[in-house]
Amino acid sequence: MYEQFKIRAEGVSAEVYHYATKEAALDFLIGFLQGEGLADTPQACALWAECSFLDNLDRNVLKRVPGLKFVVTRELAAEARFGISQMDWALADTGSLAQNSSAIEQRLVSSLSSIHIAIVPTNGILPDMPALLSRVHPGDCAYLAIITGPSRTADIERVLTIGVHGPERLVIVFVDELGGTI
Amino acid sequence: MGNEFKESITKAVNNANLTGALGKFSEAYKVNRAKAYEGIDFEELRGRIAELKSYAASHLDELSEQFASKAESSGAKVFRTNDPAKVREYILKVAQDNNVKTVVKSKSMATEEIHLNPYLEKAGIEVGETDLGEWIIQLAGQTPSHMVMPAIHMTKEEVSDLFSKEVNERLTSDIPRLVKVAREQLRPAFLAADMGISGGNIAVAETGSIVLMTNEGNARLVTSLPKIHIALVGIEKLIEKYADVATILKALPRSATAQLLTSYVSIITGPTPNPDGSMKGLHIILMDNRRSEMAADPKFKQALQCIRCASCLNVCPIFRLVGGHVFGKVYTGGIGTILTAWFDELKKSEDIQGLCIQCGACKDVCPGKIDIPDLIMEIRRRLVLEQGVPLLQKTIYAVVNNRKLFHGMLRAASVAGKPFTSGKFIRHLPLFLADLTDGRSLPAIAAEPFRDRFKKIIQPKLKERVAFYAGCLIDFAYPEMGESLVRILNKAGYEVLFPEDQTCCGAPARYNGAYEVAANNAVDNIKALLSVDATYVISACPTCTVALAHEFISTFESLGQTEWMSEARELANKTIDFSTLVKKLVDEGRLTMKEGQKLGKITYHDSCHLKRTLKVTEQPRELLQRAGYELAEMFECDTCCGMGGSYSLKLPEISAPILQRKLKNIKDTGASTVAMDCPGCVMQIRGGMDQDGTLIKVRHTVELLAEQLIISSQ
Ligand code: SF4
Ligand code: SF4
Repeated sequence: MYEQFKIRAEGVSAEVYHYATKEAALDFLIGFLQGEGLADTPQACALWAECSFLDNLDRNVLKRVPGLKFVVTRELAAEARFGISQMDWALADTGSLAQNSSAIEQRLVSSLSSIHIAIVPTNGILPDMPALLSRVHPGDCAYLAIITGPSRTADIERVLTIGVHGPERLVIVFVDELGGTI
Repeated sequence: MGNEFKESITKAVNNANLTGALGKFSEAYKVNRAKAYEGIDFEELRGRIAELKSYAASHLDELSEQFASKAESSGAKVFRTNDPAKVREYILKVAQDNNVKTVVKSKSMATEEIHLNPYLEKAGIEVGETDLGEWIIQLAGQTPSHMVMPAIHMTKEEVSDLFSKEVNERLTSDIPRLVKVAREQLRPAFLAADMGISGGNIAVAETGSIVLMTNEGNARLVTSLPKIHIALVGIEKLIEKYADVATILKALPRSATAQLLTSYVSIITGPTPNPDGSMKGLHIILMDNRRSEMAADPKFKQALQCIRCASCLNVCPIFRLVGGHVFGKVYTGGIGTILTAWFDELKKSEDIQGLCIQCGACKDVCPGKIDIPDLIMEIRRRLVLEQGVPLLQKTIYAVVNNRKLFHGMLRAASVAGKPFTSGKFIRHLPLFLADLTDGRSLPAIAAEPFRDRFKKIIQPKLKERVAFYAGCLIDFAYPEMGESLVRILNKAGYEVLFPEDQTCCGAPARYNGAYEVAANNAVDNIKALLSVDATYVISACPTCTVALAHEFISTFESLGQTEWMSEARELANKTIDFSTLVKKLVDEGRLTMKEGQKLGKITYHDSCHLKRTLKVTEQPRELLQRAGYELAEMFECDTCCGMGGSYSLKLPEISAPILQRKLKNIKDTGASTVAMDCPGCVMQIRGGMDQDGTLIKVRHTVELLAEQLIISSQ
């Protein structure tokens, strides 16, 4: 299913990576952020929303990376260039990600940033929408967010243009250590 | 049709930006849609959608009740009303109670339907559209021209002019840059807004959830940043089961924009915390505004199966020429005509219902399985009921209902038409005795109609018999087609009968909403055609075939007439179109064509009724190829030629460009002959080729096949 997911997600301009360990994934993430100009200034900082990936990681080490922040507020989210969050599921047949986004922080980092980095446990890959809906009941999830590729529009002369109100890039990082293998 | 309306059409078809953008889009759309549906059984999928939506339509009250109680128990406030005025008042009250100064909106047709923006603005509340297309037209002070792409009629230059004014800086027309500007301009509006207003693509009764879909991500911001969220949902968006969301999500993005899934889908069930820790004020308004009445109407209940994908607009040959503005301010295209007739008023649809040429293209792609052309016909019928038939048409129909008089006039016309004859064409032909307009070559009325020529045909004595229903065009304009048909069937061992009392099939009256007239025609024809003992009733005109096989029955049904119903069914069962019967006879070995003929390139035009109502596409193609033609398919072979009976006379400004497009597609194949199975299409396309001076032969399949049989018999 991972391969199918990757093809579909890349088909809608998402970028897909896969790492076995959190350590490898973290190395990639930091490298990626710095390569894209992460800095402790508005429009260059990164906001990381609470997630299980962060469990057991030494945040004090991470906090020393200039520009990387873990407290999500509206104001900071509005300034951040990068938003990092963990998505719960991935749908192989459409290349989509899904998350219980009832906590506003999760939505702030993924909707206001220019680059959304989504960490996904590898065993979160499901075949399709019916599989997702059978797992997530609205009673336990006030805001189910399903994201497929970056924000897009074709409203001017039907020309597909990426990045309107939402992120212009969606970087997906699967991590086996969070559960599952491919 | 009013002058103002006619002018709006002329303006639209002469707007090169509009027709160019829509034309290119509709071409790309067809290809992309097919790709998006690859590997999916569309018929099965839309069967399920139709079923679940139709169930919801019959249980609107129950589902609204269930939705309200579920949503309320999860913490939302639900307001139910039938009245658009109450919706506006409710929203304003919530705004005022919470001291709301600015509102951001994500796209919602329901708010357009009730003209919410001007109402709130008058009360001093600033309302900002955030969907890029909606924002553009809001800045331009216009209304949406398409349900899914509201600003499709505008060029990037126009957009850059608008944006330049907005940001006080001269911008170029670079599209990615313009999109960036929109992002930068709207971001502060999102962050500052006190209230977000959205529509809802789906409302789930079982769970009290609403589903929102956007590609730009604006609905996520509208529902997340402001402290209050109001969702205005028409009750036709209700479905019963949560699991069925997946069914609609499978079709809606594919049909709307040829995407596998819209970029952002949010399923919201109850309020969520705001960034400051307070709970969001979530209000869901379930608006009826005549939807229950619609559900109670046996005919129009179907329209509630609509999931608002706009694919019916995208494939409509008329819409791609005139765009949305001609249709009015809110809902556009085929389904828009129906929604306008209901949510606004029947009278408002008077002009726009006439835009539909009844080609059926929309019905084929509708994921809600709605028979849009049929519902538009029903609007026509009800308009006629309400307003009566105009005097001129009344006189015409009195004639059409009197076969002897009608045929007498047609004969007279053949004489009267003489002075205008140039070659095989005259300018004015009172064939459907519709409003006379000039503009194209129309065929001369034959000096001797088929009914007279038939008597001179000597047929061999044969055991089996078929009844031939000629229809007005073959009888009075193209009798040679009828003669060809007789020759072919004789070869296959059938004697052809021509019941003399047959008359007009009633389609012209029906398509103008005059069902009583059509019903009288039906009865006359039923009597005539069932009076002879024949295995089949064959017709070489798809419009007539559809009348005999389907419409006599549905006309009686619409009028609640039962007297002739069983005979109508008997006739329907015997009725068969020319190519289907001949293909069958060839397959059975009762007809053979000469082997090894090399007749050159031919292209085939699918007539609307033949392809989409009778579902016949391969039979004529196989027959022509077997006869020795090499088939070269044209682009958009099944797109309407613009004839549509009296449509070409009533709306020549639309019919003409459609015809030109068809002619070009035919010429582009390099074929020297174009075949079709409909004498109406022959009339339109032959007339076009004649005026154009192009030497491409325009022939009915019956003539081409008859030629080959004659050769083979020699
Ligand atoms: S009528 Fe059918 S095709 Fe048209 S918008 Fe509704 S669902 Fe789509
Ligand atoms: S039947 Fe043809 S002309 Fe009429 S609305 Fe549908 S696509 Fe348009």
